[in-house]
Amino acid sequence: MSDTHAQTVAYVRNEMLAPSDPPLREAGAVKWLRENLFSGALNTILTLASLLVIWYALAAIGPWLLNSVWSAGSLAECRAILDGTSGACFSVITDRWHQLLFGFYPPQHYWRPVLALALLFAALAPVLFPALPRKLMIFTAVYPFIGYHLLWGGSVWFPVSVALGFVAGYLAYVLLARVSTLIAVFGAILAPVFWWAFAAGAFDQTMSSILPLGLEFVRSDRFGGFLISLIIGISGISLSLPIGILLALGRQSDMVFLKSVCVVVIEFIRGVPLITLLFTASLLLNYFLPPGTTFDLILRVIIMVTLFASAYMAEVIRGGLAALPKGQYEAADALGLNYWKAQRLIIMPQALKISIPGIVNTFIGLFKDTTLVVFIGLLDPIGLSNAIRADTNWNGIYWELFIFIAALFFIFCFGMSRYSMYLERRLKTDHK
Amino acid sequence: MTEIQLDPGIDRKIDTSAMKVTDEVAIQITGMNKWYGSFHVLRDINMTVNRGERIVICGPSGSGKSTLIRCINRLEEHQAGQIIVDGTELSGDLKNIDKVRSEVGMVFQHFNLFPHLTILENCTLAPIWVRKVPKREAEETAMHFLEKVKIPEQANKFPGQLSGGQQQRVAIARSLCMKPRIMLFDEPTSALDPEMIKEVLDTMIALAEEGMTMLCVTHEMGFAQAVANRVIFMDQGQIVEQNEPREFFNNPQSDRTKLFLSQILGH
Repeated sequence: MSDTHAQTVAYVRNEMLAPSDPPLREAGAVKWLRENLFSGALNTILTLASLLVIWYALAAIGPWLLNSVWSAGSLAECRAILDGTSGACFSVITDRWHQLLFGFYPPQHYWRPVLALALLFAALAPVLFPALPRKLMIFTAVYPFIGYHLLWGGSVWFPVSVALGFVAGYLAYVLLARVSTLIAVFGAILAPVFWWAFAAGAFDQTMSSILPLGLEFVRSDRFGGFLISLIIGISGISLSLPIGILLALGRQSDMVFLKSVCVVVIEFIRGVPLITLLFTASLLLNYFLPPGTTFDLILRVIIMVTLFASAYMAEVIRGGLAALPKGQYEAADALGLNYWKAQRLIIMPQALKISIPGIVNTFIGLFKDTTLVVFIGLLDPIGLSNAIRADTNWNGIYWELFIFIAALFFIFCFGMSRYSMYLERRLKTDHK
Repeated sequence: MTEIQLDPGIDRKIDTSAMKVTDEVAIQITGMNKWYGSFHVLRDINMTVNRGERIVICGPSGSGKSTLIRCINRLEEHQAGQIIVDGTELSGDLKNIDKVRSEVGMVFQHFNLFPHLTILENCTLAPIWVRKVPKREAEETAMHFLEKVKIPEQANKFPGQLSGGQQQRVAIARSLCMKPRIMLFDEPTSALDPEMIKEVLDTMIALAEEGMTMLCVTHEMGFAQAVANRVIFMDQGQIVEQNEPREFFNNPQSDRTKLFLSQILGH
């Protein structure tokens, strides 16, 4: 009995059907083409139109890229070699790549930024990949001081004296934690402040006179090119996340004043263009500081970029916090976890996971926004491309420089984007 | 009059030998009132829970029964009256709140497991971070309780991979890992499919058999009749009637209780 009729209700299957192959048109390349390229009149037109666009783009750019010149000394020489044909003049890169990367950093010291970058990856590794031993985090904690010393140089005792301030804060916390957590937190804030204000300078000077160790000092105005983009971008990224978390928590707080301060900071900074903050950093900040204080321009820019990104970060994280069900807070409370433990162990891991796309979006935006520093006279790659064009040899060259700069930024931004996707996959525990 | 016999929801016989109500007071609530804004949600609640008691709180939705047990571990704040849990009064004092919370276990309607942690990590988190138990020891305790709720083999999975009934049993195990002296259940089976209700009730009955002090907000009247030593009926934010289960089900006094029972039992 193989067929059932609507009028006969009772039905028993006597033999089970074996699985069989799908019809030919439902498998293989034919199926793929039909489904993905030609699944209807409109979609067929779209496929053909896309192919046309791709063809035109390749036809325009391809020969220009393939027919490129890499060994000329000037744009005029390039044009002579090309002899009227269309072609790129990448000789400007071979001639000036060191400037685009390092600005006017002394060439004999190029190894220092390169080493700093290599060590940066070593310092980042344990943060990015939890499979690595946790002890490597110690190096991550020390890296900012090593990085600073490699890049700027000067006496080794200066970064050491700054680092000792953090050690003082940690010791104060550990010692006072036995008395009370609140006192310990105050101690952890006050101890380093006192150290930096009264003892660090003297320590630096005495140690430098006893044991003058250090690298040759490089002034900030020698910094430039992609180096400066990386310094500002990476400092901004690594500082804006924790500050953003604190601002987001402050905004959620029940304490009225704390909450209002956070709201005002976030809304004010989000409400003004980054470029005005940068102008404030370069022009106005000096008026507010005591006369005679020298406050490094790169440092001022880092502070402003960090503040700017933190405000965005706070809102991104607030979105993640809002997405968490109330039950998570209640479960944490019911188990007796206090506010900070609940935040650290339950709330933040989940809120940050939800916010990964937004966080990385902000990171990428921040990193690319570092090119705005050209307007306050810092020589980032864009600024240097202007400087290179000012040379009569390379007057009038645009595309090749911008392609090179774009490639530099693309490598880093694409890397961040890929890492965030990897992170999202790794943290996926909902099994939907 | 025939006596009402409810299905306790499990197949085995319940061992009542260790279910003993002592004279020691576990929870003392006097003259407690709570408002949500201007809405008077709990009105003049007075109750004493002795150690070893198994109390079922029932009532129509919105009667304040969940709010009442949530006040006992301060998930909700009361505005008047006194709640004393294990000799500690609940007030604004954060130290007292943390102390009470680590003594009182709570199981929620929607389990509220931590989805980013494995089952084992869910169970060891609070002992490690609140009780400062060494990790190894916390894991041993966790495995002991996971075995008790009959899912040790799921220890390394994530909550999202478990069925509702399994998740609720993990939630019970997670609470037990803190070695609480009192357990609160806030409609633990209301979000479960019928066939999973049974496995959760079984776990709760096993807990009662060991003499745990329990307060359950539930509509499982079979469970109430089989396990509870006292049933409290609430309506409009107040305790309307309380009695031992036999009397409560067979001889309800107030009209509100009669109406409620007729609706919920379908008699």
